[in-house]
Amino acid sequence: MAVDLARAAVPHVRPRAPFGQRLALPDGFVPLLQRTGWMLVSVGCFAGLWELLWALGIADAKLLPPPHIFLGNLAEQARFFNTAQRWQIGTGMNAGPSPAMAVLITVLASTGRVLAGLALAATLSILVGVAIRYVVLFERLTLPTITLLAPVSPIAWLPVAIFMFGIGNAPAIFMVFIALFFTMVLSTIHQIDGVNRNYINVARTMGASKRQIYARVIVPAILPGLLAVLRLNLFGAWMVVLVAEATGVGYGLGQVIMLARNTFNPSLVFFTITLIGLLGFAFDLLFRLVQRRMLYWLPRDAGSSLGL
Amino acid sequence: MVFDPLSQDAVACRGVAKVWAAGTARAHEALRDIDLTVRPGEFVVFLGPSGCGKSTLLYLIAGLEAASGGELLAFGTPVTGPSPERSLIFQETSLLPWLSVWQNVSFGLSLKGVPEAERRSVARMALQRVGLAEAFDKRPDELSGGMRQRVAVARALAMRPKVLLMDEPFAALDVQTRQKMQDFLLDVWRDSGASVLFVTHHIDEAVALADRVVVFTARPGRIKTIVRNDLARPRDPFSPEAEAMRRHLTELLRDEVDRAFAEQEALV
Repeated sequence: MAVDLARAAVPHVRPRAPFGQRLALPDGFVPLLQRTGWMLVSVGCFAGLWELLWALGIADAKLLPPPHIFLGNLAEQARFFNTAQRWQIGTGMNAGPSPAMAVLITVLASTGRVLAGLALAATLSILVGVAIRYVVLFERLTLPTITLLAPVSPIAWLPVAIFMFGIGNAPAIFMVFIALFFTMVLSTIHQIDGVNRNYINVARTMGASKRQIYARVIVPAILPGLLAVLRLNLFGAWMVVLVAEATGVGYGLGQVIMLARNTFNPSLVFFTITLIGLLGFAFDLLFRLVQRRMLYWLPRDAGSSLGL
Repeated sequence: MVFDPLSQDAVACRGVAKVWAAGTARAHEALRDIDLTVRPGEFVVFLGPSGCGKSTLLYLIAGLEAASGGELLAFGTPVTGPSPERSLIFQETSLLPWLSVWQNVSFGLSLKGVPEAERRSVARMALQRVGLAEAFDKRPDELSGGMRQRVAVARALAMRPKVLLMDEPFAALDVQTRQKMQDFLLDVWRDSGASVLFVTHHIDEAVALADRVVVFTARPGRIKTIVRNDLARPRDPFSPEAEAMRRHLTELLRDEVDRAFAEQEALV
């Protein structure tokens, strides 16, 4: 009764058509625009606060240079992205790619390591996880060790990576791999155990073999959960690759950060942090698009798959 | 002995028992001493309070679980595992969400490696039989609950089962849809000539559908009695005979529900 009264009290106003319909924009464009707008506002507030603190003299430009300083002179920053391997005999000091090119190469090198490590970890952990549930003997032989190693911090694997692979791409990729592999195996097993029993029973009543049940029912059923876990681990992968690169792999964003630290160059630190932040964000966006493609059967609004 | 498939029972249970987690501290007797035969083409409803083991018996007949004792035959052959001859339809939607409707319907055929053209034509026919030909290319999440259960029936029919096992298939649907689905199921049953074993705790469903109603006791599940339901089809749910049948089944069930309640209170 009270509800009816409340409703009656609201004057009847004809609802205006949503903004997007009035302008005949494609579906989903306006929400995207809104989210992008809020993102700019959010980042703008943060940068603005920083600039304000600098203007007031609270943030020392030598220690915490504000965005207009560390983003102001890209060429100056790019100088430090050294990819020319100038230490090699017979290479002149000025040989090598242009500064902008060097930044690109550095970014691509780090990105490549992250992607390689992710792909390796995802593939192997799904294979191992499925094998553990498929073959009991394999579970008994491997699962205790995997459970034991899962909580070990990736940082602890750093010396191992260097012992095994020296320097170069391999230890960095290994670090990304090792940081994700064990937890993703455990997560795969967890997902398999959570598959709706009805799906499996349906396949069984239709005469599916064990292999068919795994290939046709269990693997597709666990895919959404696995991709969600993979996405959560994306940021972890970016953290680990920086640590690995800081140990000297030739070039990479981690190495630039290390260089900035050693030469006391705060501007370079923040410039690189900005690059890493943008990369991580782009990665996440891209990943969500891939996720949506691969999981075409999930309803679009599930898990707000594009909520910037 | 001459083999005559027509004289054979579709399902025969002799002294079937099931104990969950047998030999452990959590052992729990679900079924005891089940004797039951189902003729080919017969519609049998399992009626009983929740937790009386009627669904368990269905799973045993489907071959998804092994009986702890007794003998279980389907068309004279011991049940040792699941078979496409005995299709099970679940309470909740069991369609694979990553497959389209027709791919779901022909899933069993694809497991056998049947070529796509044939799978499509079988799926089209099965969907026509459940009146959902237009849903051929849709995805399960685009369908309503009632439509999904009809697709599940189509999927079972595509396997040409001799026995349809249904575990409270309409329990998640609203009353109006459920009534429609009952009429639909009766049509399918008449067309297919399969036996139907149908689990429910709705007395109305037993009155509307069954040739025979198997009434279960609670904990451990046993057959209390088997009631013949000879009401003429198509059935009028409001006829005096239907009313009498409803009253009879209600009284039979009431004792069991009372007992189940008393036991639960004793446990608390």
